[in-house]
Amino acid sequence: MMLLRQTVSRLVTTLITLFGVAVIVFVVIRVVPGNPIAMMLPPGASEADIERLKTLYGLDKSIFEQFIIWFSNVLHGDFGTSISTRQPVLSLVLDRLPATLELSIMALVMAVAIGGTLAVLGTRFRGRKTEAGIDVANGIGLSIPDFLWGLALILLFGVLWPVFQISGRVSPRLELPFTSQFYLFESLLRLRFDIMADLLSHMFMPALALALPLAAIISQLLKLSLKETVNLDYSVLARTKGYSETKVILSEALPNSILPTLTLVGVQFTFLIGGTVIIERLFSYEGLGNMAIDAVINRDLPLIQGIVILFAILFTFVNLAVDMTYAFLNPKLRHA
Amino acid sequence: MLDGRGSIRRRSGARLWLSAVWLTLFVLAALLAPWISPHDPLAQDLMLGRLPPAWVAGAEPGYWLGTDSLGRDVLSRIIHGARIALVVALIAGTATCLLGSALGMVAGFYRGWADRLISRLVDIWMAFPPVLFAILLIAVLGTGLTSVILAIVIIDWTRFCRVVRAETLNQSKMDYVHSAKVAGFTRLRTLATEILPNVLPTIIALLTLEMGIAVIVEAILSFVNLSISTDQPTWGGMIAEGRTSIHQAWWVLVFPLVALFLTVLSFAQFGDGLRERFDPVLR
Repeated sequence: MMLLRQTVSRLVTTLITLFGVAVIVFVVIRVVPGNPIAMMLPPGASEADIERLKTLYGLDKSIFEQFIIWFSNVLHGDFGTSISTRQPVLSLVLDRLPATLELSIMALVMAVAIGGTLAVLGTRFRGRKTEAGIDVANGIGLSIPDFLWGLALILLFGVLWPVFQISGRVSPRLELPFTSQFYLFESLLRLRFDIMADLLSHMFMPALALALPLAAIISQLLKLSLKETVNLDYSVLARTKGYSETKVILSEALPNSILPTLTLVGVQFTFLIGGTVIIERLFSYEGLGNMAIDAVINRDLPLIQGIVILFAILFTFVNLAVDMTYAFLNPKLRHA
Repeated sequence: MLDGRGSIRRRSGARLWLSAVWLTLFVLAALLAPWISPHDPLAQDLMLGRLPPAWVAGAEPGYWLGTDSLGRDVLSRIIHGARIALVVALIAGTATCLLGSALGMVAGFYRGWADRLISRLVDIWMAFPPVLFAILLIAVLGTGLTSVILAIVIIDWTRFCRVVRAETLNQSKMDYVHSAKVAGFTRLRTLATEILPNVLPTIIALLTLEMGIAVIVEAILSFVNLSISTDQPTWGGMIAEGRTSIHQAWWVLVFPLVALFLTVLSFAQFGDGLRERFDPVLR
């Protein structure tokens, strides 16, 4: 019962947040200095052009009416037409979303793998040089943002020891037999490992750049909770049963200390997705973020709105999913 | 147990020292830029284009870190780029800190509708990808130093607000707040003289962290060519240039990147070190 009530109230706040996002986007673009027409047109456009555009976008009406029209269109899935490409915003945006999702999920997997391994190693060799080394690495990983990691990786694996691709999502010479934009997923399903290798070679550096700060956070927090649990009764019991220290950590301590890390990973995952904007730019990866920056540079107003709102939906739903998972996994809340 | 605390203190000591040394160099470079940079950072000389750093074959004497494709001295540009970075770190960092901390303390101490409103705003803000938000704001506000600083403040206040609110909430439950109430302190006085000093260490640690973040945001905006005008040398702008000629002249990317790396790392480590030093629990 409690769970149901919580779910409903969380859904309501999510909707309020999304409405707030729509208002902010609208306000930032329409009310702040200048007007959207000035943002759309090249300098030196004629009066007639300005008037025509104003009528086209309903800008001759009051701000309030404009918001109602715009918002009801958005609710119907109509985000307008991109100014630079003349295509519907929604299809443009949905076309690019899979690329960004694949990159984000790959980065998340890498972060969990790296962070988890370091946490277990640090716990296994606690109090020794290995742990001190991991602590220093965590400190650096936490302080340096994805943008700088991306640049450092380009120098390392793109120039100094050029083993990975530094630009794009897939080599242009490859024939792609895909029907969806989920290239990596589809290449796996179709068993096209040649294309998959090429995709992974392009994805490795941007995903690693996004993963490193999160890996440091996971490593730090998980190590902390692991070190608490390895001294609890059930771990001690497992040890007296003759389990090896590594096995105690993996099979006894880990399942019992994963919950706080899981919540944090969920929240941090939205930061990771936010990081794709600049990382995609850095690696010329054809995802949403790269398109967003182009849209701003081209002053493509409807496209910017669409992308920002799609990101906001993504973020709020990741948060919602995390909260629900937490409520479901946490026995205190489940049985209340 | 004692052993562990000793090693924390020793490590935080080294971190504080190393980061303080780099930050001092950074501030000095920014303040003294016109007097210490070996060349004019804007002087172009196509005859001297893409000179490698001094220790690599083909270098010209006097150009320690080489030159970019237009023959501008990389070292001088890094030194001058520190000025923008410093201004952004100080002004944007402080303004973000003041706005976010004030809202966070109000939300955490007064609770009620103020808390609900501020927390809802934070939720909405958290639904924006920060870099995209920054780029959008610059597109609307126009490029320039003021816009960059304004954009950072508008985006990052939530970072302070969330932490300071939680901390204020914790402190408000403490006995000393009760005593202040009993002693007849007004709410505002309790907040300013009792709670603020206890939240301050957290705020200061966050502030140094934010200064590093502000430098990064400026660099990212410069990188996508949306920051300061292009004739002002910035680290982000240099990095954007270096990224395009990475195979011909790695030094144009490497040196500003190292400067940015060390500065951001130092701000973060300095803040962490300060917090550990002043944290009564760890001490």
